[in-house]
Amino acid sequence: MMPLSDPRVGAAGKTGKWRTLRPELDKEKCTNCLLCWMYCPEGAIDRVEDGVCIDYEYCKGCGICAEECARKAIVMVEEKGGD
Amino acid sequence: MTIKVKEMPVEEYLLRGNAACPGCPLDIAMRTALKALGKNTIMAVPACCTSIIQSTYPNTAVNIPLLNIPFETTAAVCSGIEAGLEMVGEEGINVLGWAGDGGTYDIGIQALSGAAERNANFLYICYNNQMYSNTGIQRSGATPKGAWTTTTWTGKTEEKKDLPGIMVAHNIPYVATASISRPLDIYEKVVKAKGIKGTKYIEILAPCPSGWRFDLSKTVEVAKLAIQTRAWNLYEVENGKYKINVTVRNPKPIMEYLKVQQRFKNVINDESKIEEIQREVDRNWKKLVKLSEMAQDEEKG
Amino acid sequence: MMVREEVEKKEAKEESITVIDTGNHAASLATKFARVQVIAAYPITPQTQIVEEIAKFVEYGKMNAKYVRVESEHSAMAACIGASAVGTRVFTATSSQGLLLMHEMLFAASAYRLPIVMANVNRALFPPWIILAEHTDSLAQRDTGWIQYYCSSNQEVFDTVLQAYRVAESVNLPVMVNLEGFIMSHTHMPIVLPAQRQVDEFLPPRKPLWKLDVNNPQSFGNLAFSDYYVKMRKSIEDGMVKAKSEIEKATNEFEKIFGRNHGGLIDCYRCEDAETIIFALSTLGKEAKASVDSLREKGVKCGVARIRVFRPFPEEKIKEIAASAENVVILDRDNSFGKGGILSTEVRSILEGKRISNFIIGMGGMDVPYTTIEKCVEKSNGQKDEWIMEARI
Repeated sequence: MMPLSDPRVGAAGKTGKWRTLRPELDKEKCTNCLLCWMYCPEGAIDRVEDGVCIDYEYCKGCGICAEECARKAIVMVEEKGGD
Repeated sequence: MTIKVKEMPVEEYLLRGNAACPGCPLDIAMRTALKALGKNTIMAVPACCTSIIQSTYPNTAVNIPLLNIPFETTAAVCSGIEAGLEMVGEEGINVLGWAGDGGTYDIGIQALSGAAERNANFLYICYNNQMYSNTGIQRSGATPKGAWTTTTWTGKTEEKKDLPGIMVAHNIPYVATASISRPLDIYEKVVKAKGIKGTKYIEILAPCPSGWRFDLSKTVEVAKLAIQTRAWNLYEVENGKYKINVTVRNPKPIMEYLKVQQRFKNVINDESKIEEIQREVDRNWKKLVKLSEMAQDEEKG
Repeated sequence: MMVREEVEKKEAKEESITVIDTGNHAASLATKFARVQVIAAYPITPQTQIVEEIAKFVEYGKMNAKYVRVESEHSAMAACIGASAVGTRVFTATSSQGLLLMHEMLFAASAYRLPIVMANVNRALFPPWIILAEHTDSLAQRDTGWIQYYCSSNQEVFDTVLQAYRVAESVNLPVMVNLEGFIMSHTHMPIVLPAQRQVDEFLPPRKPLWKLDVNNPQSFGNLAFSDYYVKMRKSIEDGMVKAKSEIEKATNEFEKIFGRNHGGLIDCYRCEDAETIIFALSTLGKEAKASVDSLREKGVKCGVARIRVFRPFPEEKIKEIAASAENVVILDRDNSFGKGGILSTEVRSILEGKRISNFIIGMGGMDVPYTTIEKCVEKSNGQKDEWIMEARI
């Protein structure tokens, strides 16, 4: 056995479970500037056809996306679990 | 800046669900740098936070070949990798040494200096959070004066090293500073570096919420403040010629930067210490301006 | 002695030739024949000529390789690891202080399962400064997972470097080839150089067990918990165990192609009917052959078992050789402070029912003539770690 590891999404598990705050995106306000996508440390925001989509399985709830969004289209709310 | 956010490649090489802290600047830096380098990249990573964010065997969060290596050795291992790749005739593979400030400024400096003197063909990126993060926030040669760490409880008494300056003194073709608040700038610098043969050094300021003591949503904001106060300046040195990338017209007083980080709690109530830091910031900026003027004169003359 | 131009002409004609050269150059020449691709090394007396010669080969186009002129031995092993990790055949050389500096990296090299070969010129340790022969430097690395050979002639150095690559690449563990400082490194002896095609037959291109590959991204060596770690460590041990048979195999294959055999794991001389067996490393073992002949003339049924491979420790062979001997004399050109001779500690631990005596001898390169070894055998009475403080007793 050798210490050779294979790449995978979720190498540290479902890191979405880590968060205590959760980003909520208001699509009306979003202009698809992609700053949140660029800044998300986790890369947990996907670029989709009509904008962006947050991957809640892995989002750690750091709040950088909300902080950097130029339109304040993302707000952090309390994570109530149950996802 | 020529590249737009939409133009950044979508493919991720640092995969989500990794073991980094929420709000980690290293993730921002690595996602961006690896997009700029692409699939044809081999990286060597010493002991640092990146060793951990890969997560545990048999999984890894990094989707390019990565060799975990002992702490001191980044630049030496990269020297070996690039020599080996040349011998096996594999062209066009980027060799990346990716280390924290501890492994660069301190324990890794010998190997880095040696590799730079040999002008080994690889890119060295130091993501600088100004301390030994991975082992729990101890001071490093990159820790700024006055900062609290677990080995400088009343604040570091010495100035930090100027490692980019040290790298310039090695006469390597490319040295640059960058910041996680400007990923597009990181992207462009990495793309530029990969097209240069020889040793390339890029240092990315990476404010760490855990160590600098600020809210984890503020990572990018703190990095912005560093530039706005000139605590961190963005410049490139190509073949010895300095070029400032960002000139902040009306820089904010350094206090604006210090007060948002609890690590400077020993400093912010002490006028004389703040003045000292401001003087040093101003002096560094002036020095940078002079160096860039010298380069401009060389261009003309 | 042939002039260099004549040597090169013969090499080009693919003929085997004999040169008279130093142990250091024997190592350099072997790397050329082995088609080593990357060398990363740092100078240290008495190793310097190994790497100087290789640098000449590379720069004058006699060897297709890259030479990385690293800034320390620690970096030398690091660079070797990097180059080996992308699939190339690599080499380095060092001695004493340099080897000590590499200590951390030696553990890494074996756990990386990289078939790196290194020549170590045995030299005594500092302080005070001394550049003469002693085995403490390499024996102090016995826990690192490196296979260790100890050579007793320049021909053996040349041949062993070739065998080292063969063995290293079969078990994917690094190999250290030891030669004593000045006694061998700087002494001229005849060396038969083979034809390149013979070496190519013995040593085909390396097939890496794993490598850094952009078409198959993996992380090597990230965090692992105990349950996996234990298995990984056991694999290294298994590799070492397998190495015993691979070493014998390589020795026999070598003999078939080149007609020379330096003894496999252990080089025995007149051991078959011996009542007293001397165990020793390197030139102590070779010198002891003269002692054995002299003692035999005096009626002492003596033999010498030169332990050629110290790691993996050839336990079974040692027991076999010593089986019918009543007396065992072990010579240590080394010492582990607080415990005694390293070789003797290990040999004593596996032999029973015999009178075992051991001597600490030749420390700091002190001369060990065969007459002194003879006297040690004659005065052996089961003493433990008797230090021989003079060249002639």
